[in-house]
Amino acid sequence: MPASPIFNPTDLIRFLPEIILTAMGTLIMVLDPLLNRRESKVYGTLSLATLLAAILAAIYAYSDAGPAFGGMLIVDGFATFFRVLVLGVGILTILPSFSFLKRQQAETSEFHALLLFSIAGQSIMAAANDLIIIFIGLEISSIASYILAGYLRDDKRANEAALKYFLLGSFATGFFLYGVALIYGETGSINLSVVHAVVTGPDAPLPVMVGLAAALMFVGLAFKVSASPFQIWAPDVYQGAPTPVSAFLSAGPKAAAFAIFLRIFMTAFAPIGHAWAPLVWASALLSMTIGNFAALLQTNVKRMLAYSSIAHAGYVMVALASRSEVGIAAAMFYLAAYACMNVGAFAVVSHLSGKGERYQSIEDFAGLAQKQPFVAAMLSIFLLSLIGVPLTGGFFGKFYIFKAALESHLVWLTVLGLLNSAVAAYYYLRLLVMMYFRDPGEAASSAEPLTPAFSAALILPAIGTLVLGIFPGWVLDFAGRSASLVK
Amino acid sequence: MNLLLLVLLLPAAGFLIALALPRSSPASSRYWALAISLVTFLASLALLGWFDRSVAGDQLTVDLLWISSPEIRFHIAADGVSLWLVLLSTFLTPICVLISWNHIQSRVKEFYAFLLLLEVGLVGVFLAQDLFLFYVFWEVSLVPMYFLIGIWGHERRIYAAVKFFLYTMAGSVLMLAAIIYLYNRAGTFGYAAILDQLASGRLAFTAFEQMLLFLAFFVAFAIKVPLFPLHTWLPDAHVEAPTAGSVMLASVMLKMGTFGILHYALPLFPAAARRCAPWIAVLAIIGIIYGALVAMVQPNMKKLVAYSSVSHLGFVVLGIFSFTQIGLDGAVYQMLNHGITTGALFALVGLMYDRRHSLAIEDYGGVATAAPWLSTVFLITTLASIGLPLLNNFVGEFLVLQGAALANFKWAIWAALGVILSACYMLWMYQRVFYGELKDAVRSHMPDLNLREWAVVVPLIAMMVWMGVYSKSFLDPVGKTTARVLEQTQVNVPYRVDLRGPASTEVSRAR
Repeated sequence: MPASPIFNPTDLIRFLPEIILTAMGTLIMVLDPLLNRRESKVYGTLSLATLLAAILAAIYAYSDAGPAFGGMLIVDGFATFFRVLVLGVGILTILPSFSFLKRQQAETSEFHALLLFSIAGQSIMAAANDLIIIFIGLEISSIASYILAGYLRDDKRANEAALKYFLLGSFATGFFLYGVALIYGETGSINLSVVHAVVTGPDAPLPVMVGLAAALMFVGLAFKVSASPFQIWAPDVYQGAPTPVSAFLSAGPKAAAFAIFLRIFMTAFAPIGHAWAPLVWASALLSMTIGNFAALLQTNVKRMLAYSSIAHAGYVMVALASRSEVGIAAAMFYLAAYACMNVGAFAVVSHLSGKGERYQSIEDFAGLAQKQPFVAAMLSIFLLSLIGVPLTGGFFGKFYIFKAALESHLVWLTVLGLLNSAVAAYYYLRLLVMMYFRDPGEAASSAEPLTPAFSAALILPAIGTLVLGIFPGWVLDFAGRSASLVK
Repeated sequence: MNLLLLVLLLPAAGFLIALALPRSSPASSRYWALAISLVTFLASLALLGWFDRSVAGDQLTVDLLWISSPEIRFHIAADGVSLWLVLLSTFLTPICVLISWNHIQSRVKEFYAFLLLLEVGLVGVFLAQDLFLFYVFWEVSLVPMYFLIGIWGHERRIYAAVKFFLYTMAGSVLMLAAIIYLYNRAGTFGYAAILDQLASGRLAFTAFEQMLLFLAFFVAFAIKVPLFPLHTWLPDAHVEAPTAGSVMLASVMLKMGTFGILHYALPLFPAAARRCAPWIAVLAIIGIIYGALVAMVQPNMKKLVAYSSVSHLGFVVLGIFSFTQIGLDGAVYQMLNHGITTGALFALVGLMYDRRHSLAIEDYGGVATAAPWLSTVFLITTLASIGLPLLNNFVGEFLVLQGAALANFKWAIWAALGVILSACYMLWMYQRVFYGELKDAVRSHMPDLNLREWAVVVPLIAMMVWMGVYSKSFLDPVGKTTARVLEQTQVNVPYRVDLRGPASTEVSRAR
């Protein structure tokens, strides 16, 4: 690389989204004491503008795709897809947070700054092609998320959530780092392309050592995506964290973690795929089964959605288990659909939960359809999509994943996975039953009127869900073109 | 504009517009639903003019690319069977609008919107020629019915709605797995293309594979039919649903299952279907007799009619798995007959519920004195349901029994028992409800049919008579299509049809 590594303009353009996010995040923190105004209106709007700018920057960067900083980052279709996805999740997190933060009297600049930092970390993860950069992205994203989980600091549950998330998350990152160290020791490189070349080359290290590294990284990453058997933290954290943060955690960090999961395992560890495939197979089945069956028993909506998110991580693991480009594309599509429907569902929960998040039980959704038919209709779209009813993104996501799995002859995993999704229908239906078939209760009656920002927070993901369900080709074609990760 | 597309799009547009109508004016929703469903029916009547009865294959095709990779096409077409089922759906939707006119008082706008969406799903299921598209419509029809039962149903509506949804969902996910598997092997979702590949031998399954795939499809369909012992969702759903929901459920939705067996399960997996045929026929016969016996002891009119559906649908399945031309014709005809008569029974029971607010047989008695016209109409429907000659069910049951007799004479004997039993339970119910002492509570609550209700029952009665007297006008296109199905079920089958006796061979050649 002859050019100066720091001031090469191409590199900077390819890194532009992260630059924008970090700069604006810092600016927001500085603005707070200067303006001395603690209103989401200011910082939230600024954050939205930042995220929009970052999306444009990500798309612009893709027009001149390629590696940056000597191959540490790589801007390809895959990276751009996930960058736009996590940035979009950021927008969908901020929109409902206006009224949420106001209701909890917790309007600060930190919330938005932390969110931007976390997203910056995820954006780095999406584009990273180097194990250390991946680790840095992971840490930036995680540390900000730990704080966000405990953002409502007077709330005991939020504190518990943050502490749990932090402690377990640190362990997981530790495992990941062990794996990185092992890979560096064995192959002499931390660049994924180089590692791939070494592992497939004539001087390949002992497969068992590579396998060990893969297993260690698997532990760390499975934790981040809340896949079984490392999912224990998810229900507590999702339940305790402020609802917009739960929404964010279930979509953004998860999508980014899956991005590096796919990138690492489908490049560096692809040659030993036969060795880790059973691991992923088992993890997929366990996640789906534990997630769905535990969700059946929940009475708290956030906890139910947390278990459901474990199950959905299981579906994506099915795509990974199929070890094919079709599988990668399916996982990408699914994560996009999942982000829309799940963030949308959480937005409704945050809308209904009231001051101090009192109303979180499934019973509290009683009669919402009579009090606020629009909100109920939107949540129905998200729930039907989570169930996997056709004409929604969730259905096509599942369809593509299981199609990829069957192409890779994972017949049993497909059958068990599909049966799982029939089980899942039950607990999503419970919410529909509450909203439409019961008379209004206290929560539905006291729900606040809709603000324009909150309406947008429902309409945007609903449109996303339906577009992915009716014209899936738009996203799927792009995902399919971007799915060849080995460079 | 293709006529089929129009029949599908009219209710879809109706649904969207119904959503936009003001909640404050329920009447506007009612009139809109009536208008659009009548227009749809007229459009579907026009289908009869365009449909070429001399052709067995698919007609009026619309084939558009929907999703490019994997290639999924919006491909719809009608054949001699789906034509009538589409007409049945479009015929019954305005009737359902009318019987719900006063019955539905809360959330009127949503009710009619869901009814129209249901019509879209049902029509789509019968017309889809792409397996994926078929699955989409199959599932989409589930959602409005779930809401119809859950919101406007009776006391145990929630239980019934959830049970209905979960049963169907559990069956259909396995079908989805089988559809994807088929796609991965055949490289297409196009139904005709897959059949071509099967016929030419480019696509072949091992016996084991074929059996699993057949079962995956068949279980999904059998739940919908419902075939004994998968029927337990049906009495709950029927009894708890509002009248229009029961009518659509019994008349059209159950036919999705039998249509699926006939249209997909048999041609795709003929060898497996033939191997399973004796077992399925036995289940069908158990269903016929069991349904009839359970119907006999029901204290609730709606539940009685619901169990009679289990019994009647057993005939349809038996006819299909007789693998004879006559049996298949009878099965299809019986699908239509059941749609008309059971739909009428549910509608009439609904009219009585609107008056007396009870479904219990013991709350009635002497209705014939209070409401003679209602009683007469109910009698005609009852007689049709038990298979009186000159009314529609007779033709269908006769053909099915004849087909069953050709396949295995014992089947016909046992199934005929169901015909006798149906006369017992229906007439006994009629006697208890309409004859006997006129109770005061009945007298004061039982006005006779009004104009709107006449508009509901007259078309139904007319169809019963027409289909009973001149079945030829319906059976011609049906026969062409079932003959084709029968031909397809002989592709790649290691053995040919095993018809007993020379007479039966003559019959099948005569076609």
